[in-house]
Amino acid sequence: MKYVDEYRDGSLAKGVAKEIARQARAERVYRFMEFCGGHTHAISRYGLEDLLPVNVQMIHGPGCPVCVLPMARVDMAIACAMNPRVTLCAYGDLMRVPGSHASSLLKAKAEGADIRMVYSTLDVIRIAEAEPNREVVFFAIGFETTTPPTALAIRTAEKKGLENFTILCNHVMTPPAMRAILDGASDGDEAPVRIEGFVGPAHVSTVIGTRPYEPFARDCAKPVVIAGFEPLDVAQAILMLVRQINEGRAEVENQYVRAVTRDGNAKAQAAIAEIFEMRESFEWRGLGWLPSSALKLRPAFSGYDAEQRFGLKTKPAKDNPACECGAILRGAKKPRECKLFGTLCTPDTPMGSCMVSPEGACAAHWTYGRFRETEAQRVKEVA
Amino acid sequence: MTLEKPVRRRLDFKNGRVDLSHGAGGRAMGQLIEDVFVAAFDNDWLRAGNDPSAFDVAAGRMVMTTDAYVVSPIFFPGGDIGSLAVNGTINDIAMAGARPLYLSASFVIEEGFPLADLRRIAASMGEAARGAGAPIIAGDTKVVERGKADKVFISTAGVGVAPPGLNLSSDAARPGDVVILSGTIGDHGVAVMSKRENLEFETEIRSDSAALHGLVAQMVATAGLSLRGMRDPTRGGLAATLNELAHQSRVGFSIQEAAIPVRAEVAAACEFLGLDPLNVANEGKLVAIVAPQGAQALLAAMRAHPLGAEAAIIGSAVEDDNRFVEMRTAFGGGRIVDWLAGEQLPRIC
Repeated sequence: MKYVDEYRDGSLAKGVAKEIARQARAERVYRFMEFCGGHTHAISRYGLEDLLPVNVQMIHGPGCPVCVLPMARVDMAIACAMNPRVTLCAYGDLMRVPGSHASSLLKAKAEGADIRMVYSTLDVIRIAEAEPNREVVFFAIGFETTTPPTALAIRTAEKKGLENFTILCNHVMTPPAMRAILDGASDGDEAPVRIEGFVGPAHVSTVIGTRPYEPFARDCAKPVVIAGFEPLDVAQAILMLVRQINEGRAEVENQYVRAVTRDGNAKAQAAIAEIFEMRESFEWRGLGWLPSSALKLRPAFSGYDAEQRFGLKTKPAKDNPACECGAILRGAKKPRECKLFGTLCTPDTPMGSCMVSPEGACAAHWTYGRFRETEAQRVKEVA
Repeated sequence: MTLEKPVRRRLDFKNGRVDLSHGAGGRAMGQLIEDVFVAAFDNDWLRAGNDPSAFDVAAGRMVMTTDAYVVSPIFFPGGDIGSLAVNGTINDIAMAGARPLYLSASFVIEEGFPLADLRRIAASMGEAARGAGAPIIAGDTKVVERGKADKVFISTAGVGVAPPGLNLSSDAARPGDVVILSGTIGDHGVAVMSKRENLEFETEIRSDSAALHGLVAQMVATAGLSLRGMRDPTRGGLAATLNELAHQSRVGFSIQEAAIPVRAEVAAACEFLGLDPLNVANEGKLVAIVAPQGAQALLAAMRAHPLGAEAAIIGSAVEDDNRFVEMRTAFGGGRIVDWLAGEQLPRIC
């Protein structure tokens, strides 16, 4: 497949791996966080870890929209869907995310709630048009990548005068989460995770550009390399991070030049700005309540807000106390360090959100990497 | 004195639809069976009109299997629910190294289903069954109210006979055994998905739906007892099949991504649908486990058959208490090939 295979080429990968091994200084350990679940998935699916020297280590970050969605918001969506007038539309990944008391959208659907999997926000608009007697609610989640399509759906609904369309808005933002991780944001009390550099988001950065990371790199003195989601992209970004560390630089560099510019996609940004404004604070699974980290509808568009239309309220919800999703999302723990991993919690019967989405650290490790555990032991010893 | 016979109206295959009377056990049902199924399946057993059909038992090991088909859409590039049902049952029989002998078919039809579509499906089943030399000699028809089924569901069963002494089984793989795949993966799943509502995309990909008994006969003749087991990687794809073989045989597998044939169009479609071809369904492919000494001869025999022209050795069985299917990626790393969690897409077959 042209323009894809090139980025998965084994011989090119060997070359980059060799260069990483040559440049990484034996006397130190390089710990990098790949922020995005897309990168986590690529690393696991292509076995990138096998190409890295033992002293270059990747820590999985929280950039998986499904994983950071707190249980209380899942509960809210289920409560909304149980309203007999409501048709709740959601991306497929969300169906199995656990809510309180082992509930999920999938189970609610089996109990009779009208919940439909969609591939795009335009599917939701089509459903709302075709079924004017149903209250069609879109369970909107995701980082800056999925926010513009939601904004577009609102614009379209307005243009078409659709009165039976609303959204349950859970759109969150990347830079505040990156900062929170370094600041040691936590719902536990462990020390901040030691991270020396970030593999920065691919798709998110096509929208927001590389500029928003500049203050972050400067203030926190951490290098950020924006990278594509193909395995060779990630490998090259790791090499660029090793170089920055060796040279004592902390800059924003762009590996993903074929898609990302410094200023990003102005149209998409304008669409977001037109429809959404900052929430004061929003709860993230694993990171707790973060100020100015999520979006809500502007007052002019509050008619499209499902929370308002159906009077939905957040009820406090608690994860299973043994579930380590929080620490795993912060990079403080590895999936194997969770007692539930691979025993009570597997992709077939997920208890934590990180085991649900293929981009989640636990699901990626379980699905692709768990054969490597004897090797992980070896890395730990070196570190 | 014989009364004048009432006029028997022919079924309207242009605009007619199945209604509840076609499943009610009366004359309407008799006519539907006669004009659609007996006409298409065309054999003496059905013409005799008995509920059970009798046949002589062949010498050898008898095998039996049954399947249900609910694929949506019912017509897709490269096949339809009818040929899929026949080929699928024949393939299940063939995986025991057996020759298919006789089939049965039951239909659950939704009220309002076009008679033309039903006839088209029956014709395609008759053709597939005749092609395999395995007539459909028993059947049943039920009609349910609109909305209680989706168009038509078909359940098929079949019996076959395996050569004496041949005992192929999924629990027979031993460390060192070679894994051969008969051709490209993912064609069926992608062909069906390409016609799915909400998902439609332009592609030339056709389902690989095919009856594999001919290929299997050639394999059994060549490999004989060095052939340990076979499996057709349908739902869940190659990944599920290898995991099932690993668990049943208590071994692991080590496979090479670069050795697995995938059509460029299928790879591209999977790419934008976010699927892994390893998890996508096939309906005309098989995985064979063979003792190392028989592998090259078997591969050559498979490649000599049109349905195995792209056959490839993709890996081997290894000792592994974890029963992992490990794959060396084309990128150069290692990964597990696991069962898919949850449902990739319902009603693929």
